Amino acid sequence: MKKQALAALTALWMACACSAGHAAAPAERRTDPLDSPRWADMRKEMFPATAQVIFDDRVKVTAPLTAENAMNVPVSVDASALNGVREVLVFADFNPIVRIVRFEPSGAHAALGFRIKLQQSTPVRAAVRTADGIWHVGGTWVNTAGGGCTLPSTGSGSPEWQKRLGEVSSRVWARKEGGERIRLRIIHPIDTGLAAGIPAFFLQDLDLSDDQGKALMHIEGFEPIAENPVFTVDIPATRAAAAYRVSGRDNNGNAISAAIEK
Amino acid sequence: MTPLSRTARSLIAVFALGWTVLLAAADRDYGLTPVRIADDTWVLVGRSEDFSFANGGNIVNTAFIVTQAGVVVIDSGPSRAYGEQLKRAIARITDKPVSLVLNTHHHPDHFLGNQAFAPASLAALPATIKGIHSEGGSLNENMYRLAGDWMAGTEPVAPARPLTAGPLEMGGHRLELIALAGHTEADLVILDRSTGVLFAGDLVFNGRTPTTPHADLPRWQAALDQLEKTSFTALVPGHGPVAGDTGPIRQTRTWLAWLDRQLRQAADDGLDMTEVLTLPLPAEFRGLAVVDAEYRRSVGQLYPAYEQRALSGERRKP
Repeated sequence: MKKQALAALTALWMACACSAGHAAAPAERRTDPLDSPRWADMRKEMFPATAQVIFDDRVKVTAPLTAENAMNVPVSVDASALNGVREVLVFADFNPIVRIVRFEPSGAHAALGFRIKLQQSTPVRAAVRTADGIWHVGGTWVNTAGGGCTLPSTGSGSPEWQKRLGEVSSRVWARKEGGERIRLRIIHPIDTGLAAGIPAFFLQDLDLSDDQGKALMHIEGFEPIAENPVFTVDIPATRAAAAYRVSGRDNNGNAISAAIEK
Repeated sequence: MTPLSRTARSLIAVFALGWTVLLAAADRDYGLTPVRIADDTWVLVGRSEDFSFANGGNIVNTAFIVTQAGVVVIDSGPSRAYGEQLKRAIARITDKPVSLVLNTHHHPDHFLGNQAFAPASLAALPATIKGIHSEGGSLNENMYRLAGDWMAGTEPVAPARPLTAGPLEMGGHRLELIALAGHTEADLVILDRSTGVLFAGDLVFNGRTPTTPHADLPRWQAALDQLEKTSFTALVPGHGPVAGDTGPIRQTRTWLAWLDRQLRQAADDGLDMTEVLTLPLPAEFRGLAVVDAEYRRSVGQLYPAYEQRALSGERRKP
């Protein structure tokens, strides 16, 4: 019995050693490089128990080390160094609402720029699922005085947004690296539901497609996205089109629909 | 008001009082030393730093003029303790009472010392008074976060007396109140025609990078145009050392003009805010104190408006 257990352990150790040996990227690590006390909880909450989750430097999360305005913290996620990216989930360990945004870059580069609200200093992470089912996690610490999640949006205090809710402004640039960049801004107050008396109100789904209706990126938003969100999406040269389109809705069913013209 | 919130408020009041009593005994010392720069005129120069626990918020210049009709104080500092220590520093120089306290604008380091002075002596431009009423609470809270127990017992006090631009005779000093804007919605500049000292408030920074949380850059540049044409013998900036020439005005102008061009160009090039934050700063600004931190703050405060302009349909029209 003992011998069997020992053999099993040896086999397991071999398997681990082998898979580690096979790992292509030297950057892969098994302990949290951000050394967050919440990582074990994040691992349980955000991924199936059976999923393979690794830390991977190829997933780049760029944000200021110190964010002065907790209501509007700029973050860029870039996983384009990985092949076969299926989905990217962005979350912040210490935010009262952990999930920030999830996106599927079906035709666009596996990268997204956006802005978020933070309640306190926290790691901001991107977990990238590749075609082989492996989750690659990258991230960075953002220090902030905080309070961004429990304050009402400025929009909720003014009637202006109601007239312009869902209004999209956008522009397309040719990129030096080839392909195109789309930037778009949507008028929406985005309330987290954590400020007293103001219910959660946020963008739930956005679909970016070309003028032929072919999907480029699906974005699923959560409460911590900043008010009047701005998104930056890069399109590879092979998928560049004459024009683009964004459509979607918020959690109250208000539709968003706009052409993105050059 | 609900019974719960009344209870909560009482508890907070008791708690706050407890802290006030406890900490009043242990006021921290700013070591304020007034420097005489002209007849009857003293300046207290703060550090060219960010707000911190180490400096207690003393990054600001305050000043006072001793007139026959009492002392005129220009800005009251970042905390109740600063205001009280300023009052004691004045009392070491003159036995005249403080008869007028001017807040140049509604940023916390310029008015949170108001508590130390008689309410009737406090005065500011109307938009500054409005700003203290609407934002004083959150600005004060933020100072507690940044400067900690230096802030003990500090509460925002808005002046009751609104000022209008124009001449103001004070005990033999011919003061000129100049109402400008751009750093905030209302920036009060004081020219003492009797001594030629120009108190520019935060429209002018000297050797320290300007702050922009409420800035309107075109209006600020227009204000600097006007200041540059004003003749003076000494220039007291809101932050940084006192100067004898227009150097600090031009320095402030150069930074703001560069910031405007940089953000406009970045927005027109389609840069994401994270990319704007990593752009290198020109070598000519490396000598400015806290330039990296202020650049980051200014990008966060100002870039969304430039972005919006670049994204709006207006630009496509010929």
